[in-house]
Amino acid sequence: MQKGKQSVLFDKPIFIETVSSVVGKKESEGPLGELFDVVVEDEMSGKENWEKAESALLEQAVDKLLVKTRYKKEDFRYMFAGDLLGQLIATSFGVRRYEIPVFGLYGACSTFGEALALGAITVSSGAANQVIAAASSHFASAEKQFRFPLEYGNQRPPASTWTVTGCGAAALTNETQPVAITGITTGKIIDYGVKDSMNMGACMAPAAADLILANFEDLGVDEKYYDCIITGDLGIVGRKILIDLLHEKGHDISGRYTDCGIEIFDAASQNTQAGGSGCGCSAVTFCAYIMKNITGGKWKRVLFVPTGALLSTVSYNEGESVPGIAHGVIVENLSSQSN
Amino acid sequence: MEFIKAFIVGGLICVLVQILMEKTKLMPGRIMVLLVCSGVVLGAVGLYEPFQEFAGAGASVPLLGFGNVLWKGIKTAVDEEGVLGLFKGGFTACAVGVSAALLFGYIASWIFKPHMKKK
Amino acid sequence: MAVDEQKRNKNYNAYVEQVTPKASCLKNCVKAFITGGTICTIGQVLLWTFKNAGLNKDDAASWTTVCLVLGSIILTGLNIYPLITSWGGAGSLVPITGFANSVAAPAIEYKAEGEVFGIGCKIFTIAGPVILYGIFSSWIAGILYLLTKLWM
Repeated sequence: MQKGKQSVLFDKPIFIETVSSVVGKKESEGPLGELFDVVVEDEMSGKENWEKAESALLEQAVDKLLVKTRYKKEDFRYMFAGDLLGQLIATSFGVRRYEIPVFGLYGACSTFGEALALGAITVSSGAANQVIAAASSHFASAEKQFRFPLEYGNQRPPASTWTVTGCGAAALTNETQPVAITGITTGKIIDYGVKDSMNMGACMAPAAADLILANFEDLGVDEKYYDCIITGDLGIVGRKILIDLLHEKGHDISGRYTDCGIEIFDAASQNTQAGGSGCGCSAVTFCAYIMKNITGGKWKRVLFVPTGALLSTVSYNEGESVPGIAHGVIVENLSSQSN
Repeated sequence: MEFIKAFIVGGLICVLVQILMEKTKLMPGRIMVLLVCSGVVLGAVGLYEPFQEFAGAGASVPLLGFGNVLWKGIKTAVDEEGVLGLFKGGFTACAVGVSAALLFGYIASWIFKPHMKKK
Repeated sequence: MAVDEQKRNKNYNAYVEQVTPKASCLKNCVKAFITGGTICTIGQVLLWTFKNAGLNKDDAASWTTVCLVLGSIILTGLNIYPLITSWGGAGSLVPITGFANSVAAPAIEYKAEGEVFGIGCKIFTIAGPVILYGIFSSWIAGILYLLTKLWM
């Protein structure tokens, strides 16, 4: 059912049956380390280049998902997946051997939210009974594409973020499970004219604020409706900005808000500056940490808001600003609703 | 004494560039271009050579010195060959530095593999 | 762009500037001083050694350059140079060793994309502009020099 301008509440919830997560060594050494399914010790995954290494992350995440799920590979009618690389090469080469029809998505670091939302819409419409949603990123392939070759020395400013090496995948189904996607809010492209590509949090925070406000308005709720609101990769700078922007509009989310980029690393000891980023950041944090807390009953209803900064080296060199986008997904534990 | 001078002068040039980087958020590539061009200008107005006499490697090792070398090459070539020197002097002067970097860099690509960044 | 949108963006950018944490400039300057000073001193030691070995001033300077470039490229291949720069900032960017790092890094990184379009093209991604604008600015300076010579 359509709600307001940009939200949907599903007539029948779309269930999240299984999730899987694969991360690199650095992520496994972070605060969430023990929660991930697979840890890839060799960042190159035994491949000859970083792009193949990222495809390998996606393959491992899907393999793991297919082991954990009670469905067969053939039961998944579609896959919704994306990454950060040009023309989505990590995704297309990563999924080619599965022979599952695929929708390739680009939403910068918000891709996992986009995949969950489109997957849920597809299942809800009856176009599929089961789908897979996945997103990946790799520190090295992202660094090579967006910044410098890895051997090139540079100083990372305190507002910069560290691209997460990892891939998260989720199996969505129309058959009843404890945890479900009950609604979505789709983000607009929001541009406040920030040009500093080393301060992604500031580029994306207005998009997250706009999305959260739209969600409140469309659904006629406020922050108390959710046990937790979780953004994708705003980091410590974006976190402060988002709280301030929403405070201006009369909402205080500070007590029920966190950010995947802040949760995944211990910034002080792991030298990640403002936090983690990348498609993989929100994907693996969702599949490991957020799902665990929802399944375990700590949170009954969560607004998951992966955020993306929409830039390329071309747009940056041509002097464009860095617009942001955010995708909101409402995830609930329905089994505990009766308590 | 000449070692101390090299340390202090070289260090100070780096400090000035560090301040420039933090104030302007210029990317390293732009900074390097700026340094070489500034070196050419400082050489051409006659400031860099006496400065280098004083500071030795403290002035010749930073990329400013590379710019000064380019200027010296052009000047010598123009003195000796006139207009044609304009098209010879620069590359002649920077031949050693650029060739060494390209050759060793290329050979390095045979030997070394890409690594993950540590920090 | 609407006027109020421009105003909003201006206010937002000013606010971002205010809430974004800054690296300690003093601390980074001290690190840059130590790193840059050390590299230049190594250069001075090399220069002194080559001069003592009987080379003239220019040849000694050239050999110093070759040695610094080689050292920097070995450290780049061993993944040590990026660590030095992440600590020393401009201290290891400004010396000729930073230039060498900018040549070797893409050569190693883009090897996977082939000899010609990988290494061959990308080796110049960072160093190319330095060579181009160095040659261009010295060419302009040379023209001016030639003109003044004709005048005088």
